[in-house]
Amino acid sequence: MTSDSVICTRGVRKVFGLVRVLDGVDLDVHDGEIVALLGANGAGKTTLLKILATLTRPTRGTARVAGHDVSREAEAVRRVIGVVAHGAWVYDDLTARENLKFWATLGGLDTRADDVMAALAGVGLERAADTRVRTFSAGMKRRLSLARAMLARPRVLLLDEPFAGLDQRGKKWLEGRLEALKAAGAAMLLVTHSFGRELGVADRLAVLAGGRIALDTPRGTLTADDVQRLYAAHTEETE
Amino acid sequence: MTYARRALAVARKDVAVERRSKETLNALVFFSLLLLFVFQITLGADRDRLAAVLPGVLWLGFVLSALLALGRTFLVEREHDCWEGLLLAPGDKSAIYLGKLASNLVLMTVVEALVLGLFVIFFDIDIRRALPGLFIVVALGTFGLATVGTLFAAMTANVRAREVLFPVLLLPVQVPVLLATVKATEALLLGEPLGAVAHWLKLLAAADVIYLVVSVLTFDVILEG
Repeated sequence: MTSDSVICTRGVRKVFGLVRVLDGVDLDVHDGEIVALLGANGAGKTTLLKILATLTRPTRGTARVAGHDVSREAEAVRRVIGVVAHGAWVYDDLTARENLKFWATLGGLDTRADDVMAALAGVGLERAADTRVRTFSAGMKRRLSLARAMLARPRVLLLDEPFAGLDQRGKKWLEGRLEALKAAGAAMLLVTHSFGRELGVADRLAVLAGGRIALDTPRGTLTADDVQRLYAAHTEETE
Repeated sequence: MTYARRALAVARKDVAVERRSKETLNALVFFSLLLLFVFQITLGADRDRLAAVLPGVLWLGFVLSALLALGRTFLVEREHDCWEGLLLAPGDKSAIYLGKLASNLVLMTVVEALVLGLFVIFFDIDIRRALPGLFIVVALGTFGLATVGTLFAAMTANVRAREVLFPVLLLPVQVPVLLATVKATEALLLGEPLGAVAHWLKLLAAADVIYLVVSVLTFDVILEG
């Protein structure tokens, strides 16, 4: 673990029955850094994210978030992370405002009405604050999900396919939000299996293949084609 | 204070979702009507036979409605993809349990009041004298049913055969509660005073306390499991 890494995994293995999904994952993410975790379907990206989010435990190895072990100090980890998962984690029959208020109270946050409105304004949903989520588009739900994840101003954001379901405008907006969060010092692990614009916000790319990190490189000036070539080279080697 | 606020938030959220969607309530009202209709046809107008089976029939109605209502407690979270969100909420998870328990009690009270009212109309019985005592028995019985039911609903929420497993797990544990409620209801409907069923009420109260304490202490393990 490097001294300033906020997310640190060493030799993380996860076995489901006879299937070894992760087989020794070593990964570091630092403060103010976005790491895009790439991999094919079933490569174990979401499993790794769930381990870091304390939703499942590693079979072997260690994973630490903000210095806390995810297996032994799950409660401490949960206080510093924000998660945007596949599902939006919102209730269709509540309004956007009610949803945020509920998650804030459940998270033990002393959130005032102004804070909830500020969170909604931060994701461009202030005019839909009192509209039931049932009527929201997928993009609006994704924005609300992001607002929920950011309510506690987490030091670490774990994002599973955050660009999925967003139109071009929504994607551009989300890029801006992630950049702003990065500037504020948040560490982010962004799981994706596409080579689209989400890679543009990433500082580093990590490719998960064969249960391990097959490639971990700064994005630098790599183009989408470069990434695709590197990805293909490393996944073919390991699969 | 935060603990109580968290529990209250869960209860309020569940009541608001149910009040707006009415998914469970509509199903339960329809189910109760169907149940009463079947009982009415089966039992007919024979007053003696009716008096003998009424307490059991009444509680059968309550229990079957409760099984439907309680079984859905955590399915709502799965349907909205919110299960993981609940898991990740920092703090004592038993606050979530108490919130769920409170919302279940609200829903069960509404349904039971409806079932009891329909029983009076369908079977033309006079329960006015027994009503205060009946209220205590139903309250204690419902609480016992809801405490374990809420816990087992969480336990079976991720199981494939949950519809089968849930009643199979719940009903054996509920034997003391069902026995006490049916016996106490029978005595009250026969016109006996509340003092005559005091031993059943004590059993119910003891069962309620044990169920509640065990549920609060084990909920965290069950949710994380």
